[in-house]
Amino acid sequence: MTLDLSPRPGAAPYPAMLRSQAVMELRLLSRNGEQMLLALVIPLLLLVLGAKSDRIVDLGPGRPIDIITPGILALAVLSTSFTSLAIATGFERRYGVLKRLGASPLPRWGLLVGKIAAIVVVEIVQLTLLSVVGLLLGWQPAGGVIVVVEALALVVLGTAAFGSLGLLIAGTLRAEATLAVANLVYVFLLVGGGLLVPLSRYPDQARHLLELLPSGALGQGLRDTFAGLGPDPFSLIVLTVWAVCAGLLVSRTFTWE
Amino acid sequence: MRYGSTTAVDGLTLRIEPGTVTSILGPNGAGKTTTIETCEGFREPQSGSVRVLGLDPRTDAKALRPRVGVMLQSGGAWSGSRAHEMVRHIASLHAHPLDVDLLIERLGMQDYGRTPYRRLSGGQQQRLSLAMAVVGRPELLFLDEPTAGLDPAARHATWDLINELRGHGVTTVLSTHFMDEAEALSDRVHIVDHGRVIAEGTVAELALTGAQNTVRFVARAGLDVEDLMLALPHDSKVVEFSAGSYVVTGEVNPVLLAALMTWCAAHNVLTDSVLVERQTLEDRFLDLTGRTLR
Repeated sequence: MTLDLSPRPGAAPYPAMLRSQAVMELRLLSRNGEQMLLALVIPLLLLVLGAKSDRIVDLGPGRPIDIITPGILALAVLSTSFTSLAIATGFERRYGVLKRLGASPLPRWGLLVGKIAAIVVVEIVQLTLLSVVGLLLGWQPAGGVIVVVEALALVVLGTAAFGSLGLLIAGTLRAEATLAVANLVYVFLLVGGGLLVPLSRYPDQARHLLELLPSGALGQGLRDTFAGLGPDPFSLIVLTVWAVCAGLLVSRTFTWE
Repeated sequence: MRYGSTTAVDGLTLRIEPGTVTSILGPNGAGKTTTIETCEGFREPQSGSVRVLGLDPRTDAKALRPRVGVMLQSGGAWSGSRAHEMVRHIASLHAHPLDVDLLIERLGMQDYGRTPYRRLSGGQQQRLSLAMAVVGRPELLFLDEPTAGLDPAARHATWDLINELRGHGVTTVLSTHFMDEAEALSDRVHIVDHGRVIAEGTVAELALTGAQNTVRFVARAGLDVEDLMLALPHDSKVVEFSAGSYVVTGEVNPVLLAALMTWCAAHNVLTDSVLVERQTLEDRFLDLTGRTLR
């Protein structure tokens, strides 16, 4: 067999390009130790710790495992859709990957679809694994189709909001600054963003602020949902507003190199 | 093209014939990359127009991208991606890509297939980038400094590939600051400086145009140089700078050489040596762009 160098240009069909791009994204993610730490190890650790948390933080009335597990699920969404996405995209810009792919037949929306597909797969793995561990530790969530639908709606809206914010940072800051900001925001929201600790445990003024943050809305929304109360419509509205506003800003400000 | 108050490329006109190799030769900061990236659609000119394969690189990007292969000056791959995986990925975005294994073998990339991009040497990264540019079987290639950082063997392998692609009708536009590269590869050379084309033509034309070339010959001492000058084309000068050593300056071409030999024959002069010294592209380049470092 010899190499036939004659020109024969053409783009692969869209489904093939999108599949290839999503698989590539997933491979790179799974190869990256820090990303796996962020996606699985830290949430698992906090889940186990949180289940015995009465002695660390007072989560309020109720069984700690029932309060902490929904928060851990929210944390998993934050880590994948915000922190991982922002850092990966920041370095893709820095190393000219976005530029090079921008010169390939893959359309720009295809790049985005690849990222979304990878995020969805990682989140499915995360949420499944963390839920199973939570159940093993004694988590007793409210059951039923409605609870699942409500939880899914919150996860999708949360992913959209955090994902847009992640791209907003990656698209405007340098890669190193993106790395720093994405990690700082992660730690800040983990500790004091209303993700893990119920909003009712915060002082009044802080609570009103946290209700407006996507982290507070997602964390509290999931806690209410799995307690069988259904998400506060306000949580859904907050997440939607963040997703729409950040999404619009990204579409206006994102630069590919 | 302006960046802030700096005009990087100004009034630059390029016309590339299909199936040829064109070099954009210029010193650092001359505007080579800006020119190529404007053709690739990464930059929008503030004025003027760019048509690539008859299409607008920005508004017709969807139609154009599959037909054009691009090698960036640096980067272009995920730092964690493996060399072969990266080539395969780009191949998967095209309808009729080259056989990846054969391409890898051809470019001598077999030994570092599973090495992550960030651990490849500069030369290995360059070859990977070249592989990514050609794997989609484009009809037009933009190569931004394709052999920067390559060892001589890899450089020649790259040249061979570019030549072979030309043989198959692929058009190549490459930027370089290596004179020998432009000389070895190009059908036409555009010398660019301060964002303008300052000279343009084939290598031979460029080296010769306006060039003061010389013919040195050795013969018996005391020839009548005044009489010789009358026999040669105008503008030629002959000096016997030491006994028996003569220098003819002027536009050196076959006519001049024939006239010189005819005169020698008529005067029964046997030359011991005749040395034609033509200006090289490098001399020409340095004449045009100046010899100061920047």
